[in-house]
Amino acid sequence: MKILIVGGGMGGTILANNLARRLKGELKSGKAKITMLSASERHMYQPGLLYVALGRMAVDELYRDQASLLEPEIEFHVDPVEEFNLNDNKVKTKSGKTIDYDMIVIATGSRAVPESIPGLAENSINVYTEEAALNFYKTISNFEGGKIVIAVGVPHKCPMIPPELSFTLYDFFQDRGMGDKVSIHYTYPIGRLHSLEPVSNWMKGEFEQRGITSETLFNIKEVDGANKVVHSEEGSQAEYDLLVSVPAHKGMEVVESNKLGAGGWIPVNRNRLNIDGHDNAFAIGDTTNIPISKAGSTAHFEAEALAENIANIVKIGQPTRDYDGKVFCFIEAGKDKATYAMFNYNNPPEPKEATKSIHWFKMAYNQLYWSSARGLL
Amino acid sequence: MGERKVIDACGTFCPGPLMELIAGMKLIEVGDELELLSSDKGSASDVPEWINKVGHEMVSTTEDNGVWHIVVRKVK
Repeated sequence: MKILIVGGGMGGTILANNLARRLKGELKSGKAKITMLSASERHMYQPGLLYVALGRMAVDELYRDQASLLEPEIEFHVDPVEEFNLNDNKVKTKSGKTIDYDMIVIATGSRAVPESIPGLAENSINVYTEEAALNFYKTISNFEGGKIVIAVGVPHKCPMIPPELSFTLYDFFQDRGMGDKVSIHYTYPIGRLHSLEPVSNWMKGEFEQRGITSETLFNIKEVDGANKVVHSEEGSQAEYDLLVSVPAHKGMEVVESNKLGAGGWIPVNRNRLNIDGHDNAFAIGDTTNIPISKAGSTAHFEAEALAENIANIVKIGQPTRDYDGKVFCFIEAGKDKATYAMFNYNNPPEPKEATKSIHWFKMAYNQLYWSSARGLL
Repeated sequence: MGERKVIDACGTFCPGPLMELIAGMKLIEVGDELELLSSDKGSASDVPEWINKVGHEMVSTTEDNGVWHIVVRKVK
């Protein structure tokens, strides 16, 4: 049984390692083979970008060699897929190789597209790439004061980034004695402060305590950099001295060019994670069109469920488990406090009061992640 | 008449039905329709509020066994 995993991010890596452990015997006997194809020899811990942007983590800490994270039985190649042929169980890679498989998992992730909004890329800062995070830190470090506007695109990766940016920027300038020189204005696409109503209700009180103002039903239409104004689809506008954006995201171009899903999002069954119309092709993480959070924890929990299912398809001929929509997101509530939201398809989150201990658990997780990627946590 | 696409946002909390609708509107052509399925009764009021504010068109809202079927048309 040849299992091909396309993508070496959080979802693909956890899946590959979990699967390799479950199929130890089959891999040794040659009954199963796991191959991973990735676009990069390095693995980035993407949640670390927020800390780089705040000057609290070095860029080096974001990366490990991908090969060092994988179980030795996994065959790994830096050779991204350019053509998917799901009907013939084949892919063609950038180097020109054709690889066939019995089962395929696509975990190619998503990308921020600030260029999709006129004026946004050149007039705002964000935290979604290494380069952007470093520019973010340099910009806020040199900011002399004024009005910061936070503007949020749809859809976006990491649903907790909008509140986290609000709280951590507030503390960043308080710590520099600039609290009276900086104001923060938060905007959000729907009619409350966050998608999750309990989180929105919690944020309302936190914003009031800090004097953070807000406007809801604000979807970015265009940015007028000359006059420093961001206009919304709803007809309103916000003047800024510094524009902080959470850009809209799309799936990867290879998904769109192969017509696997509009916007680069692949339609999958929300429980079994198989791609519509295919029993032997799956997608996990940001890559799917499942209407849940595009977050590392989503990819993590989907990978665990799918690894169990693929292992059981190899061992007993059928899957045994449904992914239940589980998501767990930390929420940094400033420089030294945090809370979290945990939910699934059937149970909404109940965020608790932010505490220092949850913040320090998040700090620990930033290091524990590498064990998580190896499939040990 | 344009195409109609369906977004099944039942039983999902984040990003939630309205956010899914906003994302879906970016992926359809002017004149096409989206049918949003939502198990959140709040969608019956917050979707029309957003559609009217932005200037798209509400086509219909019906409820069937706790699932709201909200159809909207992209007009610009």
